[in-house]
Amino acid sequence: MNLYQFIQHNHTEVLELTLEHLWLVGISTALAVLIGIPLGILITRRPALNKPILGAANIIQTIPSLALFGFLLPAPWIGARADRLAILALTLYALLPLIRNTYAGIKGVDPAVVEAGRGMGLTDRQLLFQVELPLALGVIIAGIRVATVISVGLATIAAAIGAGGLGEYIFRGLAMVNNQVILAGAVPAAAMALLADVTLGALEKRLTPN
Amino acid sequence: MNQPNTPPAIEFRHVGYRIDAGHELLHDLNLEVQRGETLVLLGRSGSGKTTTLKLINHLLTPTQGELRVDARPIRDWDVIRLRRMIGYVIQEVGLFPHFTVERNIGLVPKIENWPANRITERVQELLKLVGLDPQTAMRYPRELSGGQRQRVGVARALAADPPILLMDEPFGALDPITRAELQNEFLDLQKRLRKTVVFVTHDLREALLLGTRIALMEAGRLVDIQTPEEFLSSTEPLASAYKNAFNTDFETHEQRGHP
Repeated sequence: MNLYQFIQHNHTEVLELTLEHLWLVGISTALAVLIGIPLGILITRRPALNKPILGAANIIQTIPSLALFGFLLPAPWIGARADRLAILALTLYALLPLIRNTYAGIKGVDPAVVEAGRGMGLTDRQLLFQVELPLALGVIIAGIRVATVISVGLATIAAAIGAGGLGEYIFRGLAMVNNQVILAGAVPAAAMALLADVTLGALEKRLTPN
Repeated sequence: MNQPNTPPAIEFRHVGYRIDAGHELLHDLNLEVQRGETLVLLGRSGSGKTTTLKLINHLLTPTQGELRVDARPIRDWDVIRLRRMIGYVIQEVGLFPHFTVERNIGLVPKIENWPANRITERVQELLKLVGLDPQTAMRYPRELSGGQRQRVGVARALAADPPILLMDEPFGALDPITRAELQNEFLDLQKRLRKTVVFVTHDLREALLLGTRIALMEAGRLVDIQTPEEFLSSTEPLASAYKNAFNTDFETHEQRGHP
């Protein structure tokens, strides 16, 4: 049985696992955006927090994913369900590119533009929303893009703790020593990563000023 | 309004500014800027002229002495209100690249909640005032030449009709012909608007042409403050050094008006 036939034969399950995978990636990326962008903005305003926040995000990134899943297991409420656990871990991993790109994007705005804005009497909030964020948007989207692509790959490991997603096929295939089954998980995951990369890349290009 | 005993528009009293480590950028500055005059701060890089300018709109905070705008100490001002009554023009212009010319000029009026039609009118009026085609309103900064950009910069600074205008080497990055054009237009404009202008330059020719008074600065100190005519006949060593460095015939605004 080749890959095409396998997928055709199991299309309901493939679809189900793909949707599960999308759910894990979608929710965790959305959470990371909601947390990471404000944190990125915060460290442009409070330089003293720059090192601790970026440092923490950096350290999280260095923890091997399987170990992170393990560490989070005893957490109350979160540890009770595998998908919560997976979403939390994926969110934590996605934070670094979001914080870093938000910070870099805002810091990268032409200082003359910021000075002119402040000099003409924009409040900090007006400067942020009317000038800095619009001009940093391309770089911020680039951060979302990196975070999403990483998450799609990492989410396959979530199957190891029973959170579902396309990783199910990969682990099942490994156990069965069946490449067809491994590919049934890997190929849709790769396609998903590529699609996210291309779509967000196009968006990034459109939203980069000039 | 302009009685002889009106307080100066801007007043420095023993103002100093040092950065944290102790390096002093400005030392014991005493200076009054009268309403409607164009005071030129002349000096080389590092003389403290830009620092002086940024103290006025509170982009920097004095570390010593007292600075008054409109007779009110700067610390009593709401900083946003203060900046909105002070137009600010810088050499790099700093137009918002993602806004059209119209939005660039109309930004302060917009956040001051002017009605839309009044903003449009004001933008058209200002474009005319700085010598730009009304069509320019719809264009983006990247589509403009350096001279046009700085014209927009001036229009933006004038948008909410501020009584004070700060200009930091506004024509310094322009080619000589465009610079001369903009200098002349500035003189015409100032004749009509009578703003209180503080103008920073290192170009003696520009200082003599545009200034009603010239404040000569060096190493964070005010050396001398004179009219252009006084400056030309001054024997003060630094003033002489400037005249030697430029070493050609000078004309002042007065002389140019009456040949």
